[in-house]
Amino acid sequence: MQTVQSDFILVSDRRADASFLIHHYLSFYLRAGCKVCFLGLVQSFSHYSAVGQRLGVSLAQAREKGQLVFLEGLKESFGVLLQDTSQETQPLSYLRSPGAGLEGLFRFVESCVRQSGDGNAGESWGPPVLLIDDLSVLLSLGVSVGAILDFTLYCQATVCSELQGNMVILVRCEEEDADDDEEGSNLLQRGLVHQCNLALHVEGLPTGYCRDIHGQMEVWWRQRGETIYNQRKIFHFKVHDKGASFFARGTSSAVL
Amino acid sequence: MAAPVRGMAGSPSIGNTTSFQKKTRSKLVSIPGTRPSVQNGQLLVSSGVSSLDYVIGGGLAVGTLLLVEEDCYDSYSRMLLKYFLAEGVVCGHELFLASARDHPDEIMQELPSPIVDDVAGMKISEGQSQPSDPENPDTMKIAWRYQNQPRVQTALASSVRFGHYYDVSKTMEPELRQAAKCHSFYQLQETPVTTGSSPLPSPYHALLKSIQTVIRKEGFDGSTPQVGSECPRLGLHSLGSVLWGDDVCCKVNPAHCHALTTFLYALRGLLRTSLSVAMVTVPSHLIQNRAIMGRIIRLSDTAIALESFRGSEKETNPLYKDYHGLLHVCQLPRLNCLSSEVPDTKDLAFKLKRKQFTIESSLRAPAPAFIFRPASQPASALSPQNTPSTHPTALRVYSYGTSPNPNEQRGVKTPPRLLTSAVSGL
Repeated sequence: MQTVQSDFILVSDRRADASFLIHHYLSFYLRAGCKVCFLGLVQSFSHYSAVGQRLGVSLAQAREKGQLVFLEGLKESFGVLLQDTSQETQPLSYLRSPGAGLEGLFRFVESCVRQSGDGNAGESWGPPVLLIDDLSVLLSLGVSVGAILDFTLYCQATVCSELQGNMVILVRCEEEDADDDEEGSNLLQRGLVHQCNLALHVEGLPTGYCRDIHGQMEVWWRQRGETIYNQRKIFHFKVHDKGASFFARGTSSAVL
Repeated sequence: MAAPVRGMAGSPSIGNTTSFQKKTRSKLVSIPGTRPSVQNGQLLVSSGVSSLDYVIGGGLAVGTLLLVEEDCYDSYSRMLLKYFLAEGVVCGHELFLASARDHPDEIMQELPSPIVDDVAGMKISEGQSQPSDPENPDTMKIAWRYQNQPRVQTALASSVRFGHYYDVSKTMEPELRQAAKCHSFYQLQETPVTTGSSPLPSPYHALLKSIQTVIRKEGFDGSTPQVGSECPRLGLHSLGSVLWGDDVCCKVNPAHCHALTTFLYALRGLLRTSLSVAMVTVPSHLIQNRAIMGRIIRLSDTAIALESFRGSEKETNPLYKDYHGLLHVCQLPRLNCLSSEVPDTKDLAFKLKRKQFTIESSLRAPAPAFIFRPASQPASALSPQNTPSTHPTALRVYSYGTSPNPNEQRGVKTPPRLLTSAVSGL
């Protein structure tokens, strides 16, 4: 019997942009036939759809078939804030009352991942996947770090432990401040690193800006299944139009 | 992959000299003052300053937010805002201007006047270029493909061009300015409304509501299908300052620390649903909490910061004597594609001259890749020395050391390593 690995992958960046990893995982899981719940909090659906087409998946088609459920967090935000929408806005209730936590958002995620298998055509999708593009934007909207960590814990319990699915979350950090006790994205990232299986951290090169090497990525395997190991590796990468290429440090084509 | 630029059907571009009409499903190309990006096919508008357009990847993409971090005295960022609005007037875009310090009408009256090649004066009435009469004895025999080009470059022909040049020593003609529709929001004249349970405090809430009302009323969100509708430009001046009722510039831990960030988030959502472009200036030198500034930058699409030399010790630094300040590109957007525009260099300096705002690399390059010179004027005649004067000078960012000034004193030999200190990691 095949054991299914359920992964909680944390993608973080500091003064760089790690969103290319989110696009990669989105196309990867869609191609694998999993049911994907995507919380798009910082970009619109058409952005992901355009990139997805270059990577070879059609998001619009996946959405129609029911394989992809996309929450348009950005485009519906102003409507919720200006109180003039009469539609159901439970998932985005954190916009109106950021202090109350993210229960509405969790209920949305839960309802989405639990209905895998009831596709219209009777297709059953693979294990559910939760993708969140930019959890740290919730900090800018006034939600506390504790509430966000509670939300990810609930999601992990439901998606990874109960349903054997996967989770990929993007968190964007700022510079390390002198006073680390302040509630910020660094605190959130540290809290999430302890919950996750695999942490991918993207940064710029420590030596400065370079046109050919867009940055470095640190891969930190924390836990795989039942074995706990602590393996860290650093790669350099360059983002192309249709993907990214990773190479060992110092072996960029610009250098060799 | 480069989007084909030539032959876009429906484009009223005067340079379309072929009869080849490409079928395109997009109706967006017919908006005057816009052009598709060669990078990813996004529709771009000009920011009013050609060299700034080059630095940020061809122009401002429609539906995005440009954040400008103000310099200390808000002189050059205000100039950029005026260029932005003037470009909107010339292209026929609608304007929305919000300000808390100066009345929007005052800002509108200070817009620079566009430079046109027509010496007979500017024509402001609506009209297209006249196709020449076939019976005209001046019918071209050899260059017959250029028959339909306008003889004289009129102001209207320039209005469908992408990017114009402005003369900052003159203000725009009132007739031209009034031909453009401008909505304004002046914070001090708005009556405060209790917003109840909204996390946005009153001024930002009222501003967001006003923007949404304008967009809905004019149908820019697609609710009323208008072919060739213009793309409105929103200029928001000095958001986050105390006059907006926000204390993010006063304290390290402000009471409403999420007000400005929530507003920017909602504004970006609003821009994505409508075909509008926004330029927001923020007095970042007053914001003491760097984490909030980092969030503000990430919440916008394109972010640049201006650092003027006026009043700082760099003013007398011989390295910088040809320039008025440094320009930092803090963030470039990735729109509909994986890779973003990667600039050649991140050390940029700007200079304001009478007829131009130029931005160039501040490194001592042997041959600069681009220098924009619309009118041949000696740089020495207009480049101010180290006296900060209010005389309007065109902003021209040069790579210092390569300005065409023949009698420039190059007494200072600085090693190039010194210049790379301004380079910051991606």
